[in-house]
Amino acid sequence: MTKRKAIKTAFTVIVSLVLLVLLWEGYKWMGQQTEDHWPGTQLGLPVSTDDLTMPHASDIFNELTDEIRAGRETLPMTVYLAKKAAFTFLEAAIGFSLGVIVGLMLAIFMLRWRFAEKGFLPWINVSQTVPLIALAPIVVTWARLQGYPDMVGISLIATYLTFFPVAVSGLRGLQSPDSSDVELMRSYAASWSSTLIKLRLPAARPFLFPAFKLAATLSVVGSIVGEISIGTKTGLGRAILDFAQRYSVWPERLYSSVIAASLLGLFVFGLVNAAEWFFIKRGREVLK
Amino acid sequence: MRENSENLEEAVSIRAADKVFNPDSDNEVQALLGIDLDIKEGDFISLIGPSGCGKSTLLRLIADLLVPTAGEVKVFGKTANQARLDQDYGMVFQHSGLFDWRDVSANIELPLELKGWSKADRQARSKEMLELVRLEEFKDHYPRQLSGGMQQRVSIARALSFEPRLLLMDEPFGALDEMTREHMQVELLRIWRETGTTVVFVTHSIPEAAFLSSKVVVLSPRPGRIHSEITVDLGDRTDQTREDPEFFQATTEVREALRAVEAG
Ligand SMILES: Nc1ncnc2c1ncn2[C@@H]1O[C@H](COP(=O)(O)OP(=O)(O)OP(=O)(O)O)[C@@H](O)[C@H]1O
Ligand SMILES: [Mg+2]
Repeated sequence: MTKRKAIKTAFTVIVSLVLLVLLWEGYKWMGQQTEDHWPGTQLGLPVSTDDLTMPHASDIFNELTDEIRAGRETLPMTVYLAKKAAFTFLEAAIGFSLGVIVGLMLAIFMLRWRFAEKGFLPWINVSQTVPLIALAPIVVTWARLQGYPDMVGISLIATYLTFFPVAVSGLRGLQSPDSSDVELMRSYAASWSSTLIKLRLPAARPFLFPAFKLAATLSVVGSIVGEISIGTKTGLGRAILDFAQRYSVWPERLYSSVIAASLLGLFVFGLVNAAEWFFIKRGREVLK
Repeated sequence: MRENSENLEEAVSIRAADKVFNPDSDNEVQALLGIDLDIKEGDFISLIGPSGCGKSTLLRLIADLLVPTAGEVKVFGKTANQARLDQDYGMVFQHSGLFDWRDVSANIELPLELKGWSKADRQARSKEMLELVRLEEFKDHYPRQLSGGMQQRVSIARALSFEPRLLLMDEPFGALDEMTREHMQVELLRIWRETGTTVVFVTHSIPEAAFLSSKVVVLSPRPGRIHSEITVDLGDRTDQTREDPEFFQATTEVREALRAVEAG
């Protein structure tokens, strides 16, 4: 059952990858034939197909296995990117965890006191309209002045992005039980905190996990943007920044770092999916 | 102390209770007015009446899920609030209200968990309860795997797991089909006899009220008042009882009272 599903997923992934490459190369080939025009027209293509804008897929994949000099050592690109990604992952993981804690605490706080919901919710919404690019240097400068390593500041930026979906969906989930379920707990003379632990939190899980998935990918985005905007020494953001500056001479490198970033996003998404299965679906499997 | 001995046999005693929802506002509702009701230990009382006449509200007053606007509600000689804190009653709603993330035994153990029972004690008790409601082989099932009737039996087992002296039920069989319903009625009477629990049972069904109860309380609406109390004595009831002339007579009596209520 689950094995068949795994095979199916793997199959879909491979097929879509192949399709993507075919599309990329097909478009590029077409553009090369018509000098970047739609066939038979004078209409220009939206993206030009020269090797600088769209390097060959094979060149990008080759780049991944090529060597790169990092300081004194030379490494295969995959290993180099994996090392950078590991660092970014750590920042994202810290940011995600903090974001989940802060988000859940806010949700519980707003659940407990209605005035908090009225007072906080608008501010929580406003908080997300502050542009990340403006916020990042402020947070990181603050962290540096406190003498913290850059990782702290970057994780805080990731936290800033992740707490939001958790707080909003968490509140909805905590409020989701029927009034008769709440009355049942009251009939047992259950305290507010027991009601939270035995009823509201378990009932909130189906609301929380979609938020966690969003938060996980946002935490990666937040970490990378954080790294880029403050210019750290390491991390995927750093790699992207370096490669972006030399895009005109070596475009394949930027693309390979972008691939690494998406893979990292997929990886954290998968982690949350696994956690969801563990915390919700596992028990229900007995059903079928 | 004196009050206690006075009310020794009284499971519930309600004096001049009123309940007004949203007082002093445009949508003020006088849900109950001047309710006087005594329920003896071991009684099986049904509350019946037209929709919106305040049956659920009355049950919630006894359960201390609502507070009366005036008058007093005593449960086993204590305030309703104290009785709730002492967990003197168990509650069953129309929709089983089982938590779908807990399997059957974990649902039954919920109130025991809240009371801080040890795991071994909880398991022993939930096993007993599953025997009582005859669902032993379903202990590891999840609520969604059970039929409506089975879910209600789990809900009853959960309500009785901590051996409350009073069982409050709000249309517990309202969502069940007729055959399952009749079967559940017989089962409930067996449980009632085996445990000696006092039952207050809200229903819309005339035959259900007549079959189950030692006393049927008929309410009239707007504002909710007690119209009449009908004493029923069908002795030991089985499915056969439904064909007895005594049963027919009891249903007729309840029906006529309800007609009188409808006629105003
Ligand atoms: N929480 C509430 N707020 C305001 N009005 C309420 C509330 N609960 C009940 N009422 C009103 O009180 C009256 C009695 O309601 P109640 O639910 O007790 O009736 P009922 O006899 O149980 O009806 P039914 O047979 O349909 O379940 C109704 O008019 C209802 O609209
Ligand atoms: Mg009702």
